[in-house]
Amino acid sequence: MKLFNVRSKFLLLCITAVFVTACQTVTDEIIEDSTVIVGVDQLENEGFGVSSGNTGLDLTALEGGSNSSVIAIDDEVESAQAVLDNVNSDIDTRVIYFQFDSEKISEDSLRTLEAHGDFISTNANVFLRLEGHSDERGSREYNIALGDRRAQSVRRVLLFQGASVDQLETVSYGEEQPAVSTHTEDSWSKNRRVDLVYQVN
Amino acid sequence: MNRLVKIFISLTFLMLAFSSLNAALTIEITEGIEGALPIAVVPFDTSKVVSKLSADIAKIVSNDLNRSGILTVLSREFLPAKPHYSHQVKYRAWRAAGQDYLVVGRVLEKSSGQYEIQFQLLDVLKQKQLIGYSIPRKRHNLRSSAHEISDLIYEKITGIKGAFNTRIAYIRAQQNQGRKYVLQVADTDGFNTQTVLESDEPLMSPSWSPDGQSLAYVSFENRRPEIFIQHLSTAKRSKISSFKGINSAPAWSPSGEFIALVLSKDGSPDIYLMNIKTKRLKRLTRHRGIDTEPVFSSNGQSIIFTSDRGGSPQIYEVAVTGGKPRRITFEGRYNTAVSVSSDGKYIALVYGDAGQYKIAQLEYDTGNLIMLTDGSLDESPSFSPNGKMVLYASTRGDNSVLYSVSVDGRARHKLSDQAGDIREPAWGPYKKQ
Repeated sequence: MKLFNVRSKFLLLCITAVFVTACQTVTDEIIEDSTVIVGVDQLENEGFGVSSGNTGLDLTALEGGSNSSVIAIDDEVESAQAVLDNVNSDIDTRVIYFQFDSEKISEDSLRTLEAHGDFISTNANVFLRLEGHSDERGSREYNIALGDRRAQSVRRVLLFQGASVDQLETVSYGEEQPAVSTHTEDSWSKNRRVDLVYQVN
Repeated sequence: MNRLVKIFISLTFLMLAFSSLNAALTIEITEGIEGALPIAVVPFDTSKVVSKLSADIAKIVSNDLNRSGILTVLSREFLPAKPHYSHQVKYRAWRAAGQDYLVVGRVLEKSSGQYEIQFQLLDVLKQKQLIGYSIPRKRHNLRSSAHEISDLIYEKITGIKGAFNTRIAYIRAQQNQGRKYVLQVADTDGFNTQTVLESDEPLMSPSWSPDGQSLAYVSFENRRPEIFIQHLSTAKRSKISSFKGINSAPAWSPSGEFIALVLSKDGSPDIYLMNIKTKRLKRLTRHRGIDTEPVFSSNGQSIIFTSDRGGSPQIYEVAVTGGKPRRITFEGRYNTAVSVSSDGKYIALVYGDAGQYKIAQLEYDTGNLIMLTDGSLDESPSFSPNGKMVLYASTRGDNSVLYSVSVDGRARHKLSDQAGDIREPAWGPYKKQ
């Protein structure tokens, strides 16, 4: 028995085991005949429980907002993993970029992090390692602190979005592990980043 | 039979010489030195030595003295003569060549593998010997005897203790199959390299113990920064700091009892002192900004560190007993990563302005700031133990390489290398006699 925090107004559940292998992410547009759609709006205030019933299915609620999509699979781990593996999912962006000497998160990145926050908060078995990085300019130890500050900044947003403290880990590599190792403005902008590294237990 | 043995010895020796050459950093002179004292170093006589020597002692000494910025060595092709003993010297020729000082010497083989290196430093104008030494040495120690000779010459002429016969530590990052990080130590000219630690994860911030026996460093081998201390000759090591968050920027106290370090376990990165024996911590700074890169002042009474509490990274000082930090840099928007000279009078730092990062030297009492380097991505300054040179890393072209610069900024020399990035040099203390 697992409890999920349902925050979205229109949460759709599609329940089918066959569907799992056929399609990993389901949106309103591509729901197929074989899916059963359940509106859970009325369950909002009490939350809802999902358990393995006679069919042996677990349900996982996922992703709020108008563009909500939900996947139901027979195994919760696979469900989260399936979303992570899907290149078209809202959480496919796993890098947050920053301005020079700044940990400020841009509007675009904020939207990305909202999607990640929703995903993490609805998947208790998901853990996220936030790896902060800087460009190569300036001193290495100061850059460790800067990378840490960026990772902390991302962590705060995710906590606000409902991720729990235990699901998040931060580490700073400073300038030690650049994404691009050439020495240009362009490379530097790609190196000032926080990598979101998922782990599903 | 005897001859065969000799051939065999010289062959192996040649191979050793080759392999050490390949592994070594090589010095490249990049700047001329005006106003430095002229000195000639004649190639040492090795005709009494049976097996070929790997080290050209006069050349090692010449490179050392050139790097000092205080002396300028006459090029070999301009030597007016090649004497090996003071009694062979015709002083007039050396005066005509514009030289103030002259070094002559020879290598004698006492028994197989046992050498005696003799040299004399001569004052060309006064036509007399200033110093003369005979140094007994084994073959594998020839390079270090050359650095010892450089130190003796430097001290006799300048009155300042030489720091050529010391060691440096640095991080080498290689990109062959995946990233590899290597912590190495070497002689001050980059030769005689030894690997202390290799890792697939980043290694950072080597710091020498005051006795030169150990290094503290940061290793990400457990996928997060942790601080280790490693004894060099035994390779014994221990993890001293592995708190949640940042464990970084270790710096040894002059007494060897404490390590200053950066921890973020209580929130933002702050400066702490750790008693190495008891592992007890004392928190020195408490600010929501970044406090990092602590180093001890030369008398051990205060910590000088980088903080962005004022909006941009600047240098501050706080007493080891605690209290309110005092800002000590005011020029420029970006000042980080200090090294303090042994007499406490100067602070070397990274000065950033308009996207350019150079090494600058701050006079502690006056606040005067002078630029020592002209790179655009220079970092990690480290004073020589006599405070007369600064070692630093500079990114030029694709790689980061080590440079040394004299504290007047006049003599700048590159230690170039084929393999990977060389970074974060830390100049070790004087060797114990």
